[in-house]
Amino acid sequence: MSKEKGFNWKQMTSHHLFMPIVCLVIVCLANVIKSPDFFKISINDSGVLYGSVIDIVNRASELVILAIGMTLVTAASGGQDISVGAIMAVAAAVCCQILSGGEASTSAYQNPFILAALAGLAASILCGMFNGFLVAKLKIQPMVATLILYTAGRGIAQLVTKGQITYVRVDSYKVLGGYIGKCPIPTPIFAAIISVVVAYLVLNKTALGLYIESVGINGEASRLVGLNSTRIKWMAYVICGFLAGFAGLVNSSRIYSADANNIGLNLEMDAILAVALGGNLLSGGKFSLAGSIIGAFTIQALTTTLLSMNVSADQIPVYKAIVVVVIVVLQSPVFKKQMAVWKVRKSAEGGRA
Amino acid sequence: MKKKIISMLLVACMGLSLVACGNSGGGNAPANNEPAKEDAGTDDTEPVDDGGADAEASNEGGSSDGVITVGFSQVGAESDWRTANSESMKSTFSEANGYKLIFDDAQQKQENQLTAIRNFINQEVDYIVLAPTTETGWDTVLQEAKDAGIPVIIVDRMVDVSDDSLYNCYVGGNFKLEGQKACEWLKAYADAKGINELNIAHIQGTIGASAQIGRTEGLEEAAEKYGWNIVAQQSGEFTQAKGQEVMESMLKQNDNINVVYCENDNEAFGAIDAIKAAGKTVGPDGDILVMSFDTVKAGIEMTMTGDIICNTECNPLHGPRVEELIKKMEAGEEPEKIAYVDEGIFTFGDEVASVSIDGQDYEVTKVTQEVIDGRMY
Repeated sequence: MSKEKGFNWKQMTSHHLFMPIVCLVIVCLANVIKSPDFFKISINDSGVLYGSVIDIVNRASELVILAIGMTLVTAASGGQDISVGAIMAVAAAVCCQILSGGEASTSAYQNPFILAALAGLAASILCGMFNGFLVAKLKIQPMVATLILYTAGRGIAQLVTKGQITYVRVDSYKVLGGYIGKCPIPTPIFAAIISVVVAYLVLNKTALGLYIESVGINGEASRLVGLNSTRIKWMAYVICGFLAGFAGLVNSSRIYSADANNIGLNLEMDAILAVALGGNLLSGGKFSLAGSIIGAFTIQALTTTLLSMNVSADQIPVYKAIVVVVIVVLQSPVFKKQMAVWKVRKSAEGGRA
Repeated sequence: MKKKIISMLLVACMGLSLVACGNSGGGNAPANNEPAKEDAGTDDTEPVDDGGADAEASNEGGSSDGVITVGFSQVGAESDWRTANSESMKSTFSEANGYKLIFDDAQQKQENQLTAIRNFINQEVDYIVLAPTTETGWDTVLQEAKDAGIPVIIVDRMVDVSDDSLYNCYVGGNFKLEGQKACEWLKAYADAKGINELNIAHIQGTIGASAQIGRTEGLEEAAEKYGWNIVAQQSGEFTQAKGQEVMESMLKQNDNINVVYCENDNEAFGAIDAIKAAGKTVGPDGDILVMSFDTVKAGIEMTMTGDIICNTECNPLHGPRVEELIKKMEAGEEPEKIAYVDEGIFTFGDEVASVSIDGQDYEVTKVTQEVIDGRMY
């Protein structure tokens, strides 16, 4: 029985995404009970799309971007990068500080936006390279290696911003986190879509996706067949760092400032959770990008739901934890196996009767 | 081998972070502990641990050669208000004024503050000034400071300790009074404008912070007294990003909101962005009135344009008040246990001239360019 299942890859993959989708749907349905017009999307007075669903998709953008990087890192190294939140802060701090020319607040660009954005992204890539070096080259446990930037990253961001919140009060800086001209769709959604599409193309049109899985399943074997597993792991961390930096810029644009203490705070945990909710093994190997993305939306839907249900802030983590426990249990291999056994028994009984 | 590399890396990191700490304090932190120790050392004929009385004597001695060492553990730099607060401390306790300030930024983490206070004790500072991140969990470390005979002054937020002799005095805003002032103003403004029904969206601060507790109490009592509806209540954690997200969600759930009560300016900035993005307007003639607290520079500027209709000040200039108390203690006097700083109410219009709480009148200031220019921060 189990052998048959093992060979039926197609069924396996459809099963893989089945649970994450079910979870997302359940969270959304919970909203509909509370407010029947949850799915209603309208164009409001300022000519932009307006509705709870838009909020969720919009707010989930950074998480989606982070989840892509986290998925790759998880797949390649069998560990997580817990420094992504801090890297977001570093990228935002560098970008805003360059734009403001060192002042705490500015109402005009002191340096070109492109330069600042590239510098921010370069800083985040540097962070990714550092993480990758520790993990791939020195073979330090990913959690320990990235713990360094997790702790030091916000300190670096603080140093860059001199401990201030750096404001860039320029309308064009708000575009990335707001709207492009008259376009009714929030820009962060585009940012997320572009990231996903590029990641999909790179992973599937080149062999990189396959290499990452192969390294994650067995690094030594991959090395023996001629893959440079060190470099591939390292690349995964660099990509993750870059995406974290990009998410940091989006987040910073939303509040047109670099708030070193709060940008991306605790987002690394949400990103890891998104990967787990997507049905990916946290021990590495095969991965599903789509699963992680659905996981990201599920988490944001959950957050938005709890906010809209007026759950008081000190209780939110409790509810979140309960829902997460349920979702993770539903997707655990033991539970799935139990369900399969139970199904077989039921059908066997049905057959006899 | 691998372990060696890891341990070497970790040691390097620790070393680096120490260097970073030294740098982040800027010019105010001594490059090493030597100067601070010297100051205390020259006059300390007896060990400081001997108890309160002896230590106080040595403190008086310490002032005679002019330099008083003050260790200040700050929450972080999460808002403009906090920055102004740090600046006030730095400018008051400058070397020119005869102080040596050891400034520590805790980056919002209580454990960093605990470490900082223990460092201050080791460095034998004359006074410890603490702006606590949270109210609870200070008993042990404050006891240690007391045993070392170092007076502790709490600023901004209050601490919740079993024995209030663990700190010498508190300097800060009267948060409940701030909340009451704002609500009395709202009542008077609503009456003046003929607004009968108030549907209030309440964006709270970080749950458990003194400012949140006081300002929330002020609003809830007023809402009960005057029959206002609080249609939504949620924490914005004193940040712009959260304020924006929470407001966005509240607007979807309720379309009758006409007042937003934000518990600090950063939340108000976020809320205003969210309201505008939702196609609604803020201000005296708009759909929604935004009320805020703290009155940082950007906050008072938005009060002048009417985006924030009423901004109740939470004065961050604690430095002079703390210095006053330190001078009193230096002179051997008993300082008052709780010292509030003076705080104003800033509004867009001049519909309300003053509000009265418990028989005391508080003036309301209409924001003009002169008012902004006249402020120190």
